[in-house]
Amino acid sequence: MDYLVLLGIAIVIVGFALKLDAILIIIVAAVVTALVGGIGVDGFLTTLGTSFVSNRSMAIFIIVLLVTGTLERNGLKTAAAQLIGKVRNATPGMVIAIYGVMRLVFAAFNVSFGGVAGFVRPVIMPMAVGAIEAAGHEPKDEYVEELKGMASGMENIAWFFGQVLFVGTAGALLVQSTMKPLGYDVDLLRMAVIEIPVAVIAVGVAAVYYIVKDARLRRKYYGDATDGGKTVAAATAGKEA
Amino acid sequence: MQFFMDPTVTVGTKILEVFYIFMGFMSVYAGVRNLRDTTNKARYGTFVFWTALGIVIAFGRWIPAIADGVLIIVMIIPAIFKQVRKGTASDQSAPTESEVAANFKRIGMKIFVPALCLGVFAIIGALIPSISALTGCCIGVMIAAVILYAYSRDNKPQVFLNDSERLLSAMGALCMLPMLLASLGAIFTAAGVGDVIAKLVGGVIPKGNVTVGIIVFAIGMMLFTMIMGNAFAAITVMTVGIGAPFVLAYGADPAVIGILALTCGYCGTLMTPMAANFNIVPVAMLDMKDRMGVIKNQVLPALVMIVVQIVYMLIAR
Repeated sequence: MDYLVLLGIAIVIVGFALKLDAILIIIVAAVVTALVGGIGVDGFLTTLGTSFVSNRSMAIFIIVLLVTGTLERNGLKTAAAQLIGKVRNATPGMVIAIYGVMRLVFAAFNVSFGGVAGFVRPVIMPMAVGAIEAAGHEPKDEYVEELKGMASGMENIAWFFGQVLFVGTAGALLVQSTMKPLGYDVDLLRMAVIEIPVAVIAVGVAAVYYIVKDARLRRKYYGDATDGGKTVAAATAGKEA
Repeated sequence: MQFFMDPTVTVGTKILEVFYIFMGFMSVYAGVRNLRDTTNKARYGTFVFWTALGIVIAFGRWIPAIADGVLIIVMIIPAIFKQVRKGTASDQSAPTESEVAANFKRIGMKIFVPALCLGVFAIIGALIPSISALTGCCIGVMIAAVILYAYSRDNKPQVFLNDSERLLSAMGALCMLPMLLASLGAIFTAAGVGDVIAKLVGGVIPKGNVTVGIIVFAIGMMLFTMIMGNAFAAITVMTVGIGAPFVLAYGADPAVIGILALTCGYCGTLMTPMAANFNIVPVAMLDMKDRMGVIKNQVLPALVMIVVQIVYMLIAR
């Protein structure tokens, strides 16, 4: 009976879980749901056409690409590398945390620097490893492996929760488009504002977690939790004064 | 033309429609450029994909809905048969390292001004009711392009078009995933999927208990995303099946519930090897030994965030 219309949902879940071609899964699920649900071929094409056209807002990424490539051509990534390069005397954990904050702020404006391949590998990891060496230690493989995991984690967390702050991000547009046929109108700016505390907490939690974890790892591998002595010495001196 | 003269349509919507025509042109441009690229092994399929997409984006409003539907099927067919690819011609126009370095030397940190333009104008647009966020963002793109041209006369229109074509071709057919998922959601709704799930799950989730509904929706989003590896796919299914009948139907704030459900899904993304792009590909790119090395570092923040967001939903609903 009418439970058959759930077939489409089952196709989506199983299809994605089996890593089949995503577009194929969607179209098969759509056709099956339409036929089982009694919409018919004409109704299917009409619903598909109507909803796709009313969802054109999600095509906004195309016009954004108009400047994305050219910004990169004119040195955006280099500028970002130089910006974070200004950080001095930081522990590896601090480098990763500061990157997270920077990534979050720029993600809110839909500005990306190239993710793991484009930024973490060429800029952040050398800075983190450089921080170990600046403290007078030999970078140990197991430790660097953990730093790589943390840097990638920071990248993902800051980007996921940061991009929803951009008014007009694909995720919010999808929520808006999914809600519309259900009869709910949601505002893009309001959704971005709602996400501000979530984004701040997410990056804050990740930053603290990675700084603490990094300090513990340094104690384990090098027997200290200081960042090269210098800054901590300065900080303690400041406190005493 | 009638549409542009209609006084009941806001200025922003009219301008946005012009931008849609421009986006359609960009898509068709990508199609034609791939068609002329003989190094592209699937140049005909690629041409069909981008051209059909361009027509729907540019003129969809004026084309009968059923014909739009047919055009989308025409667009999808080459995608399913893996006939949407890229050649090497567009890569040849990619900026070289020395060019980027020379440009950076000239422009420097000022490059952040056009970069931040999009976001700033999206917010400005959102604050002006007759304009809207999307139109504002598009205006921001145009202003960013003008600023880039002011910085360097090398940034001619052709450069912008070719750079965007290179990125579009690199993204390929998968860039349509969110739009197609949204359409799938609409078809689910039209076929009454939500009602059936509501009936089915109604025995398990007490009707009218919004608190339980929110918790099930949030955790369901996380788990479904972990299974499917894609929060966008999960939100379509879960909003129709759980969110609408068990949470929104009882008067919860749709903006709060909707967007937080999505970011609850992101918590799932952080914990699953199914989201290979984010969690497994970096392992290879950074030469890590532990395949789960990235995920292990994300589990704790993800679990904290799911709790934070459930509490937030319960308070702000």
